[in-house]
Parts: sequence; structure tokens; C-alpha cells
Amino acid sequence: MKYTSKDSIMPSSTNIPDDWFEWEQSDKAQAEKVARPSLSYWNDAWKRLRKNKLAMTGLVFLIILIFLAIFGPILSPYEVNKSDLPNQYQEPSASHWFGTDSHGRDVFTRTWFGARISLFVGLMAALIDVSIGIIYGGIAGYKGGRTDNVMMRIIEILYGLPYLLVVILLLVVLGPSLTTIIVALTVTGWVGMARIVRGQVLQIKNYEFVLASRSFGTKTSRIIRRNLLPNSMGPIIVQMTLTVPSAIFAEAFLSFLGLGIQSPYASWGTMANDSLGAILSGNWWTLFFPAFFISFTMFAFNVLGDGLQDALDPKLRK
Amino acid sequence: MLRYILKRLLIMCITLWIIVTLTFVLMISIPGSPFNSDQSSNETVQANLEKFYNLDEPYYIQYFQYIKSVILFDFGPSIKQPNQTVNDLLGRGFPISFELGLITIIVAVISGIILGVIAALRHNGFVDYLAMGVAVFGISIPNFILATLLIQQLAVNAEWFPVATWSSPKHMVLPVLALATGPMAIIARLTRSTMLEVLTQDYIKMARAKGLSPWKIIFKHALRNALMPVVTIMGTLLAGILTGTFVIEQIFAIPGMGKYFVESINHRDYPVIMGTTVFYSVFLIMMLFLVDIAYGILDPRIKVHQKEGE
Amino acid sequence: MTNILEVEDLHVTFSTYGGTVKAVRGVTFSLKQGETLAIVGESGCGKSVTSNAIMRLIPNPPGKIDKGSIRFKGKDLMHETEKKMRSIRGVDISMIFQDPMTALNPTLTIGSQLMEGLREHHKVSPDKAKRKAIEMMELVGISNPAERLKQYPHQFSGGMRQRIVIAMALICEPELLIADEPTTALDVTIQAQILELFEKIQKVTGVSIILITHDLGVVANIADRIAVMYAGKIIEMGEKRDIFYRPQHPYTKGLLKSVPRLDLDGEKLTPIDGTPPDLFSPPKGCSFYARCPFAMKVCNKVYPVQTNITDSHHVACWLQDERAKQLQATLPIK
Repeated sequence: MKYTSKDSIMPSSTNIPDDWFEWEQSDKAQAEKVARPSLSYWNDAWKRLRKNKLAMTGLVFLIILIFLAIFGPILSPYEVNKSDLPNQYQEPSASHWFGTDSHGRDVFTRTWFGARISLFVGLMAALIDVSIGIIYGGIAGYKGGRTDNVMMRIIEILYGLPYLLVVILLLVVLGPSLTTIIVALTVTGWVGMARIVRGQVLQIKNYEFVLASRSFGTKTSRIIRRNLLPNSMGPIIVQMTLTVPSAIFAEAFLSFLGLGIQSPYASWGTMANDSLGAILSGNWWTLFFPAFFISFTMFAFNVLGDGLQDALDPKLRK
Repeated sequence: MLRYILKRLLIMCITLWIIVTLTFVLMISIPGSPFNSDQSSNETVQANLEKFYNLDEPYYIQYFQYIKSVILFDFGPSIKQPNQTVNDLLGRGFPISFELGLITIIVAVISGIILGVIAALRHNGFVDYLAMGVAVFGISIPNFILATLLIQQLAVNAEWFPVATWSSPKHMVLPVLALATGPMAIIARLTRSTMLEVLTQDYIKMARAKGLSPWKIIFKHALRNALMPVVTIMGTLLAGILTGTFVIEQIFAIPGMGKYFVESINHRDYPVIMGTTVFYSVFLIMMLFLVDIAYGILDPRIKVHQKEGE
Repeated sequence: MTNILEVEDLHVTFSTYGGTVKAVRGVTFSLKQGETLAIVGESGCGKSVTSNAIMRLIPNPPGKIDKGSIRFKGKDLMHETEKKMRSIRGVDISMIFQDPMTALNPTLTIGSQLMEGLREHHKVSPDKAKRKAIEMMELVGISNPAERLKQYPHQFSGGMRQRIVIAMALICEPELLIADEPTTALDVTIQAQILELFEKIQKVTGVSIILITHDLGVVANIADRIAVMYAGKIIEMGEKRDIFYRPQHPYTKGLLKSVPRLDLDGEKLTPIDGTPPDLFSPPKGCSFYARCPFAMKVCNKVYPVQTNITDSHHVACWLQDERAKQLQATLPIK
């Protein structure tokens, strides 16, 4: 086929002024200029996270929640554990924003105290999981070979243990308290985190930039600090955001079995369980507020975790 | 494949041994004797227990006796329910719990996969957002709260379904719904994300380039690969459903094993707690094992990988 | 000989978060029956997009064929229904992808993947399909085909898999085969074998081939004609000899200088400095302007007019203009 000349679309060459046909020193700086400004990994991730409306909703909710957990009780004139039986089951009103419970205690005040405990349980469990997981998974992944093999067998065995059954068993013996609940939740909870860290370390260890820095004789500790940790942070953070809600859920579940935080302290879980019956007698608010905050907190952490997963995934970087 | 199965079996046995040992250590570490504290157990029960657990023997003998009885599947008498053994309770309660769990898992898997596939095929469309909205809701709301809400709205207010018990299909709707929503949501999300990933694979492009029909591409090429990760989380989901039955049976007054288990925790009925824990652990670990085998059969790469490893 | 494929003024865009990428910006070429056309260019120049557009396999959204026409044996493919396109894909036009490791479904046997196209389009019996599959496996040089049909992709090496992919593409006896970087993911020795296989199947089946590659070395052996693409446009096209021995466009010359050659002893390899332009906002003038050692003022302002060096050799470069030729005397020292 003839490669037809396209004078119809292209400007005719005869219209072009002659003086345009002069050598021009092409601007090398311009040629080298990268098309778009390059962003650092974290800047880029933050930028993408900010575009995710759902994840941002979750993040804002959590910030408000933490603020209220700290300052909420101060705003309220009521004491958290003071019974006021004549005032039991008051509907939400100007004096009791969230109403009162079966002991006449102010649900608003108790909700923020509950937030402190539920969030504390969730965050501590996540923090401990991460600490053990990073050390264990990091060693297994970095050492590799036999060490890795043995360590992974141990993980495989622990992974088979039914998580909540073990937690229940531990709490039956240790007796439920804030400390024992966190201990019980983390005894087998770190296994998942360790697996993720190991996988990341194994993968990154073989990247060329790590090999390069090894070949320069960089110290192991420096490689771990400068290369391995920052580059495996993404999945670790995501896993952490997902550990918090599952720990909050586990605590609520344990409350249901009578193995949660014991009164007079209240987590959202204990508050909700104490009120499961009350809802049938029409006192919906005693269940609604703790249930709403459990659910919305789990929602917030889940969407934030999803958002972070997308934002931190280097594959999605364009 | 055989080597793979043997390896999994060995790991399974070690995990079981840890559980059994753990229950034993916990039993003997409970302050005082677990069987005679302030509990108002009668003397025959007391005698039965001491005989069963060989409480006058040294610990190592007790340990071996305990392991032996576990292997023989004999969990001894209950403290709180005189003349009943743990096995009696399991025999009565487990079939009901199993039925609840089985219906739940079937409902969760089918609806979760359908929801996930539809969401993936309508990626970023209205249906996708709707399905994922349902899924996020399902993951966020704890099952005991959902159960209470369902009872209040659909049973008490609307009177569509009975409030409690487990006697007819109509009775089963609310408990199954309460229990299946969480796992369904997890399956839907996972199916969607793996499906989306699979759909970008070269072999899908290749299948399109071959001129296959969309249905054939989805069912023959995409779904099978997309469901692999769903198979791997089945073990975790089963564990979740199983512990979920504790709560759901309690709320709906279903006379299953979960209800007995919660009661035994409240009454500190240690033989029942230990026996149920061991029984459920065996059950779950076996399920995990079956899931692993199923995965090995579904994914041809696993078999050969093992062969090459020999 | 007649043209089996005619592509004219093809424009393809992709809308992304960052804006609209103009991936292909007016590509025109044609392919004769039994011919091998190589489309050469660096990654991101739009060559794969062009091939996907011919198959109408541009994912929409985000991709869109904005305008242009694609005619296969005189039939307009641009406005065919999806259903009609399905009956063309695999039957009349087939495609091979870059990475044989991922182009085969890991959970299905080779046999089932080989036969499914045949069974979908020609509704043949399983027995007949199997015989045809074995025949194709033999053609692409896989020994013991009856046995190997039952195996899974991971049981084959990369080169073997690419042979299977080729067999898969050819099983319905298409007239046009589009091979998108078919050798890039393979070892050099395997590359040579696969290229030989292409020559062999072309001889046996008479299929026309569009070979998409970034590697001029691959092209040297089997292409009849070469189209050089840069930033979504074909900047030079001609017979293999024209491109290799009389390249006109500075970019083509640059490409040739950056290919290691055994026949030119002692010649230094020179890379092309700089990076291709941003296709979010492609330049108004010549897209190679920023990297071109011979850039003139006009190059930045107006896209160069097509010049026909011979009947088959075309180039889009202002250096072909008479006024530029007068400047040659003052050529800057490069």
C-alpha cells in the first residue's frame, strides 16, 4: 500500500518561514527532565490515601474518637461508675446525652471510658504483635536457611492452634483482667504478623539495592535499619490496622463469655453485653451506643487498612 | 503429594499435642484443685472426678493418663451436671452445632463468591460499591450485635421469624444470617480482589485473544484461580464460625455445644471446658488439614513442587 | 499481493487519574499477505497498544480507540460487534504475548488450553480436537505431544511454553498473527529457536505476522518491513534494507547505533540521551525534538511532513526538507 502523504492534516511545508530551519542547540536539561515531579514513597502514599474518601472518613473518625476517649470523660459531670438507681434507664436527654443504664450510670461518660479500654486493648495487642512479629519474622527472613526452616515450622504449628479457644482457655485460668486479656490475645496473635514480616524481608533481601549495599560491606544492622525495615513497612502497617479491630472484636466476644474486662470497668464489649437483654425491653440506647462505636471503629480501621493497602502498594505507583 | 500429606499430618499431630498439653497444664495450674473449691459439687461427682483424673498420683502419671483418655476420646464427667459425662454433652450438642455451622458455611461461601464475582465484573460500578458496602458492614458489625438487632427487628417487631430455638427451617433463618454475614463479607472481599487481579493476567488476555466467550473466560479461566485464596482462608473462617456458634447459640437459645460451652465457662465447669476445647481443636485442625489437601488437589503446582523437593 | 490489514490514522487514549494519555497518535500502516512487519520502538511508545487495538482488546474503560480505521481483508473491524469480533479473534487474527510464564493458565492442562479455541469456534469433536492439538504440538517442535497434552504449564520450560502459546495461537489457522515481544522474556539461545520457528510456520502456513519488539536484533532476521514507532507515532517505515542501511530519521539512526553488532568491528555503542516525551501532553512538533542532535527551530513548532524516500520508504522528519538540506553544510559537530 502507498504510504499516502497527508497534506490535508499536516500543515503544508511551504507555509513555514525559512528562518525556522536553523539549528537549535537542543536543551539537554529539558530532555533529562523527568516528566512529572517525583514524590517520595510516603508523600506519594499519603497523596493517594487522601484521595480515598472512605479511608479518610475512617481516619477522621478515629482521630475524633481518640480525642473523645481522652477528653470525653472530662466534658461530662458524671462519674463513670457511680450508681444512681432512681435514675436508671433514662432516655437520652440534655442532661444524659446517651441516656443512663440499668444502674443509672451515664452512658455518655461510660462510652468514652469504654473507648479508652477498647482502644487500649486493640492498640496494645497490635503493638505487641508487631514487636514480636518484626523480631521473629525479621530473624527468620534475614537469616534464611536452616534457622528460617525451623522457625517457620514452629509458626506452622502455632498457626494451627485455634486462636479464640486458646484465648478462652488462658483466660479461664489466668482470670480476666486488662493485662491477662492483652497477654492472651497476643500469645498466638503475633504469628500472622511474623509471617508477613518474614515474607517481606525474604523478598526485599534479594532486591538489587540491598545486594548492592551488602557488596559495599555495609553492616547488617544498618541494612536492616535503612533498607529492610522502611521497605517492608507498608504491609506491616496494613496488618497493624487490621489487628486493632480484630482485637477489639475479640475483647467484645470475650465479654460475652464473661471473660472480658470485669466491672466496674467497662469496655464497649461489656457495656454491649450487659445491655443485650435491655434492648428487648425498649431501652435501646444502652446497647446502641457501645454497639455503634464498636461497629464504627471496626469499620473505620477496616477501611483505613484497605486504603493504606492500596496507597502503600508499590505496584500501584504510576 | 504423599510426602506433602505426611508432612501436614506430622504438624497436625504436634499442634494437637500442644493443645492437649496446654489444657493439662492449665488444669493443674488453677489455684487449688479445680474440682473442690467453693463449688457445691456432691460427693459422688467428687469421687468420680478424682478417679478419672488420678488426682492422688504424681503429675506425670496424671499427664499420661490424661493423654490416654484424650486418645480414647474420653473427657470424663461434668462437674455441674451430675451423671453426665462430657461425651454425653458433646453427643447431644455437637450435631446441632454442626448443622448450624454447616448451613452457615454453605450460605456464606455461595453468597460470598457470588457477591465477590459480581463486584469484580462490575468494577467501580454501582453494584460493586453496593456489594462492598454490604461486605464492609458485615465485617464491621460483631455477630452478637447483629443477632440482637435481627431478633429485635425481624422477630420481635416484625414477627417474621421466631425469636429463638432450633426446631424448623424458619427458626434457622436468623441464627444463620447472624452467623454467616461476617464470613460472607470476608469471602466476598477476597473473591473480588483476587478476581480483579486474575482478570489482569496474561492468560485472561490470551483467552480473550482466542475469542472465547466472556462466560467461558470467567468460569473456566478466572474463577478457578480466583478461588484459590478463598480455599486457603477456609480454615480461619471455620474457626470463626465455630467460635461464633458459642455466641449465637447462647442468644438464640439453641441447645448446641456452644451453649453448653458458654455455660461451662460461666460455671467454671473445667472438665467440660477442657473436653470441648480439645474436641473443637481436633475438629478444626482436621478441617485445616482437609483444606490443605483440597488446595493441593486444586492447584497442580503444589504437587509437583513437592515432587521436585524430594 | 493484496493487503490483509490496513490501519489508518489510529488514535488510542487512556484516561488515568493523572489525565488522558495519548498512547497512539495517528498510526497508519498496512500488511501484505504472507508478509512480516516488525513494529520497533522503546517501551511505552504505543506499539503494544496498536496491536491490542487491532484485536479490539483495549480495555474500555480506561482505554478508548478515538478515531481511525482498521480493515482486515477489506472488512472494517472498528465497528464490528463484540460478538463478531470474538469469532474473528483466534480464528482470523491471533495474538501471542510477551511472557509465556503468565500467558498460560497455571491450573489448566496444556491440552485443554490448546483445544478450547478450536472447540469454541469450530465445534469439532474432542477426538478431532485432540488430533489437531497433537499436530500443532509437533509443528512447534514439542516431542511426545500426546503425553504432554495432559501436563500443566509449570512442567514446561520458558521456551517450551512459548512454543505452546504459538501452537495455541495457530490452532485455528489464522491469517494474521500478532506477536507482542514474543522473545523478550526468553534466553538468547531460546530466542533464536523461537525466531526460527516463526520462519518455519510462516513457510508452512503462509500466515502474515506483525512482530512487535524493542529489539532491532530480533527484527534483523525475520522481518520484511520495519516500522519505527516513537511516542505514539510511526516516524519511519521501510523495507528491512532501507531501515538498516539507509536510515533517515535521527531516532532510527540512534536506535541502530545502540544495537551491538558483530559485523561492524570497533564501532562504539552510543546510547540515545534523554527520555521520551510525556504522553499526557505530547509536544506539538516532533516528539523527538528534545533528544534530537539535529533539532531545528521548526521541529519544536510543527510536526514534520511525511517524506517518501522511495515507494516503500517513508520518514517524518524536517531534515528531509529542502531548506534543511541546505543547512547540512553547517552541520554541528556531533
